Amino acid sequence: MSTGEVAIRIRSVGHQFGEVGEARHIRALADTSLDIVRGELLCLIGPSGCGKSTLLNVIGGLLAPTSGTVEVAGKPVHGPMPHDIAYIFQENALFPWNTVDENVRLGMLFQGVPKAEHAARAQQSLQAVGLAEFADHYPAQLSGGMRQRASLARALSLQTGILLMDEPFGALDEQTRMILGEDLSVLLARTEKTIVFVTHSLGEAVFLADRVAVFSARPGTVKKIIRIDEPHPRNPAFVTSEKFTALRNELYALLHDEIRKAVGSDAPRGRRGANGGAP
Amino acid sequence: MARRREAMERLASRAVQIGFLLALLALWYAATNFWGVNHLLLPNPVAVFHQLVDVLKTGQFLPDLRVTATEFVAAFLLAMTSGMLVGFFVSRSRYWSRVFEPLFAGLYSIPIILLLPLYVLFFGLGPASKIALGTTISFFPVVLATIAGFGNVDRSLITAARSMGASDYQLFRYVLVPAALPVILTGLRIGFTVALLAILGSETIASLAGLGHHIVQLAESMEMARMFAYIAFVVAITVLLNGLVSHLEARGRRRE
Repeated sequence: MSTGEVAIRIRSVGHQFGEVGEARHIRALADTSLDIVRGELLCLIGPSGCGKSTLLNVIGGLLAPTSGTVEVAGKPVHGPMPHDIAYIFQENALFPWNTVDENVRLGMLFQGVPKAEHAARAQQSLQAVGLAEFADHYPAQLSGGMRQRASLARALSLQTGILLMDEPFGALDEQTRMILGEDLSVLLARTEKTIVFVTHSLGEAVFLADRVAVFSARPGTVKKIIRIDEPHPRNPAFVTSEKFTALRNELYALLHDEIRKAVGSDAPRGRRGANGGAP
Repeated sequence: MARRREAMERLASRAVQIGFLLALLALWYAATNFWGVNHLLLPNPVAVFHQLVDVLKTGQFLPDLRVTATEFVAAFLLAMTSGMLVGFFVSRSRYWSRVFEPLFAGLYSIPIILLLPLYVLFFGLGPASKIALGTTISFFPVVLATIAGFGNVDRSLITAARSMGASDYQLFRYVLVPAALPVILTGLRIGFTVALLAILGSETIASLAGLGHHIVQLAESMEMARMFAYIAFVVAITVLLNGLVSHLEARGRRRE
């Protein structure tokens, strides 16, 4: 990553659900400002309900923030920008009645890609994620990991500069997660995409990210940004290195207090924040 | 192995089903031939069969079939279009769904057949009153299924389509319709069955023509064997039609 052009400019974005005084009023996100540089992979990590997914939805134009602005490629975001931003959701959001290939083509149809390009681009993106042989399978016939690959293929075929990933591996088991993470790192090293990646996993954040933005408890805002200086594609051996462990521990220490705050009353008094608690 | 055992089990249960029907037929035969059941109440199955052959050969059923079929097609088409249109527009708003879904479900649970005397007053003894009743009865399953189908589309699929730039039309054509289709098809199948029931039933109660009308006429003139032949004819047609509709429904669902 270089200190290049800003791809996504987030300025004083805050969001609350419901009106002040209502029982269901929640301040999800408090006054967050952040610059995301072109070509970097930024991980958002934080306790549950800290507003990291909210921020992602605001960047993607799926949610209008209560305050503040987001600019993508210099343009203010007022709604979905299918030509600039592709989304990958936790629940893969593949259309169950379409095959993998049809799902990828449908994305291009929605985005407005000329029909003549569909076949080649679908094949190319399915090959990139290693699903070419499964093009004619229905999502229900694939494993969770393969469904998420199909979802990634659909996003890649849209050829956007920005990829937003909302806990894309959240519903997968640990081993599938690890393999997908490694493949993603290899894949993304080849592209010039700007990626914002929401995750709960410390290891995933350190392994994938150029920078990790740690969120505070609700109402969330960026507490600290940690830089991961390690070239892409990341080597699997990176996971066992001392550098990885040190960065992971640093993240853990930062997050621990916030998670305690988020869980609130569950914390035994007097031990809060004392040397990290249970590992 | 498992698949073979499954096939065997299916075959076995099919054999029991057919055996049960054959046993009923044998019971009927024995009752009328040996046990002296009055043929004015229950005609002999062989006599019924001969009458059925005669009905089919002479084509005597044609005018009545034409009346019943016209009534049925009109009623089902009316119920289908109105049910799907109303259902779709109600499903577009959470508020309307909350108001109308229980209302339609409640109306569906009352015995709508009781409207027949009213419809006869309004529309006369001809086909119009049968069409009105058939439409009323089959409107409800169609509208309820359409509200449920369009109302319960996975939100994340809609969000995904929107994020990729889907227009309103594309969202409808590629997301809402395929998502709602299986549920709507079930509603249409139920609507189909109840419309047929309503038409035939109302023909036996108050009518000028139609298969139901003819069956009542035969009963009144004590032509029991011929009446049973007509009943068998109608049963065969409805079994065929329901089988066809179930098959179409299954085909529509398979794409999931």
